[in-house]
Amino acid sequence: MAAMRKALPRRLVGLASLRAVSTSSMGTLPKRVKIVEVGPRDGLQNEKNIVSTPVKIKLVDMLSEAGLSVIETTSFVSPKWVPQMGDHTEVLKGIQKFPGINYPVLTPNLKGFEAAVAAGAKEVVIFGAASELFTKKNINCSIEESFQRFDAILKAAQSANISVRGYVSCALGCPYEGKISPAKVAEVTKKFYSMGCYEISLGDTIGVGTPGIMKDMLSAVMQEVPLAALAVHCHDTYGQALANTLMALQMGVSVVDSSVAGLGGCPYAQGASGNLATEDLVYMLEGLGIHTGVNLQKLLEAGNFICQALNRKTSSKVAQATCKL
Amino acid sequence: MGNVPSAVKHCLSYQQLLREHLWIGDSVAGALDPAQETSQLSGLPEFVKIVEVGPRDGLQNEKVIVPTDIKIEFINRLSQTGLSVIEVTSFVSSRWVPQMADHTEVMKGIHQYPGVRYPVLTPNLQGFHHAVAAGATEISVFGAASESFSKKNINCSIEESMGKFEEVVKSARHMNIPARGYVSCALGCPYEGSITPQKVTEVSKRLYGMGCYEISLGDTIGVGTPGSMKRMLESVMKEIPPGALAVHCHDTYGQALANILTALQMGINVVDSAVSGLGGCPYAKGASGNVATEDLIYMLNGLGLNTGVNLYKVMEAGDFICKAVNKTTNSKVAQASFNA
Repeated sequence: MAAMRKALPRRLVGLASLRAVSTSSMGTLPKRVKIVEVGPRDGLQNEKNIVSTPVKIKLVDMLSEAGLSVIETTSFVSPKWVPQMGDHTEVLKGIQKFPGINYPVLTPNLKGFEAAVAAGAKEVVIFGAASELFTKKNINCSIEESFQRFDAILKAAQSANISVRGYVSCALGCPYEGKISPAKVAEVTKKFYSMGCYEISLGDTIGVGTPGIMKDMLSAVMQEVPLAALAVHCHDTYGQALANTLMALQMGVSVVDSSVAGLGGCPYAQGASGNLATEDLVYMLEGLGIHTGVNLQKLLEAGNFICQALNRKTSSKVAQATCKL
Repeated sequence: MGNVPSAVKHCLSYQQLLREHLWIGDSVAGALDPAQETSQLSGLPEFVKIVEVGPRDGLQNEKVIVPTDIKIEFINRLSQTGLSVIEVTSFVSSRWVPQMADHTEVMKGIHQYPGVRYPVLTPNLQGFHHAVAAGATEISVFGAASESFSKKNINCSIEESMGKFEEVVKSARHMNIPARGYVSCALGCPYEGSITPQKVTEVSKRLYGMGCYEISLGDTIGVGTPGSMKRMLESVMKEIPPGALAVHCHDTYGQALANILTALQMGINVVDSAVSGLGGCPYAKGASGNVATEDLIYMLNGLGLNTGVNLYKVMEAGDFICKAVNKTTNSKVAQASFNA
C-alpha cells in the first residue's frame, strides 16, 4: 500500500462541495413531486432527426394521458436556429389540451411571446443563465441585457394573465466559464422571481454537477427565493442526474424536470446523453412513496413511441429493463 | 436548453471544466489543512474504498467470451489505476459459467501489484482449494437473502448454503486468507419480489459470524430505491458495524448512484462497481447491469471524497475492455468524454 501512496494534493476544486451531505440532509422528503415533462421541447430540440408535426402532437397527447401535469410543448423560436421547433404553432394548436394539465412553451423574445399567445399559449417559459459567457454565446447579449428583454415579456404576460416560468441554465457549471458560483445562480434566480416568474427551474445544463455542488447551489438560492418556487432540471451527461435530483428532494425541492426516454443529447459533448429520463425518475419517486400522478406504463408507451419515431434506443434504464429486446 | 447552435461541440474551457470536475490525480495520503479536515470529516465518509468487480461480475454477465490474455491485460491495467481491490475471477465449474472457465490461468497470469488485493469467488470447498493452489490470497462467498434465489442459483436452501460457506470460510481463516461475503437480493428478488430487511440482516449476520471480514449487500436486479436501501441498511447496521459493510448496486433501473449516495449518507464507505458498467442482467434481457466505476468515481470526486483512483486511467481500461468485448460502454462519463 505504501508504494502506491504519495502526499494528498490540495483539493482546490470542489472544496466548496465538502459539505455535510450526510443523514442530516436526509430530511423529510416531499410527499408529492410535480414532474415537468420537457421531452417534447428540450428533448426533441436536441435530437438530430427531425420529427413530423403529427408525431410531436401524438407524443404530447400520450404524455397527457400518462398523467403528467406539466408538458413543455414547443419553443417559439426562429426555425433558422432550431429547425426541430419550426412547427411550433401547428403543434400547440394541434395538441389536445386536457383540463388540469399545463402546456408551457418557450418564448425567447417578445415576438415569440406574441406568436405563442396567438397560438393559444397560457403559459410561457423564459430562458436565462447564470453565466455571462453562456448568455453571450447563446442569445448574444449580457445577463443584464437579457433581463431587459425578459422584462418586456413578463410585463406583456402579466397584462394577458399568462404565467411565466424561468430557467436558469448553467446552475452547476458552464461549458465556457467552468465553475459557476452559487451566489451568481441565486442572484439571477432572485431577479427572475422578482420580475414575476412563478417558478424557476435551475438547470445543470451540461450535467457536470454532483450532489455536493447541487446542495451548495440550492442552499444559496433558497436564501433568496422560496423553496416552493424552485425546480431542478438535471442532465444526465455524467450519470449524475438522479443522485443530484435526490439531493434536491432532500433539500425540500418538489418540482423536477425530466424528459421521457431521456430524450436529447448534449451539444457540448458529442455522443453524450442529455436529460434525466422521466421513467427512471418516476421509478425512484414511486419507490420512495412519493406521489407523482404518473402512470408509468403509459409513460413507457409514450417513450417507446417517440423512440421508434426517432429511430433511436431509449436512454431510460427502466425502459431498457422493461421492454424485452 | 435554449437556442444553442448545434455546431457548438467541444470548446476549450469545457475541456478545462471536464478536467476540474474529473479530479484527475493519483491517490495519495497525507496531512490535510485542519480547516478542510473538519468539513471533510463531518457528513460523508472521508475515504471510500471501491471494489472493482468488472473482471468477475462484469465479464460473467457478458455474452462474448473474452480470451484469457485479454482478461489478464484488463486486470493488469486496472491494477495501475489506484484501485485497491479487484475481483479477478470465479472458481466455479465452467459448465455453469463458461466465461470463468480459465480461472486458474487468469489467477496465475495476472501481475499482483503490491497494495492491490485480488479476491476470487469460491462457491465451495473444491473451488476454494483450486483458488489457493492458483495463488489466491483472498476469497468471496456468495449467499442470498432469498430462498428461491438460493435454490435456483446454487441449488440449495439458504441454510444449506451457509453450511457450505462455513466450510470454506473456516478453511480460509485457518490459512489466514480473508473471506468476503456477498448477500444477493438485498433489495429485491427476481422470484420472490420484495425481501424483508430482517432476512437480509439474518443472512449477513451469519456470514459475518462465521468470519467474513466484510459483507457486500447486493441489489442484484437493481430494483432498489433510496427508501428501500435506507430501510435495509438501518436493519443490518443494528447487527453489523458499518465499517464491515459494502453496497453492490446494479443499475438496471438507473437507481444505482442514488442508492449509493443514500448508503454513503448512512456511513457506508465501501462500494462495489464495474468499469464501463460491464455485465447485463440475466433477469431482464437487454437491461444494464453493474454501476459503472467511472460514474461512481465522478460522483465521489465531486463530493470531495478520497478514493485513491485515477479516473482517466479507469476510463482507459474501460475503453480497452469495451473494444475487446465489442460493446459500447455503459458509463455515461466515458460516453461524454470519448467522442462517440
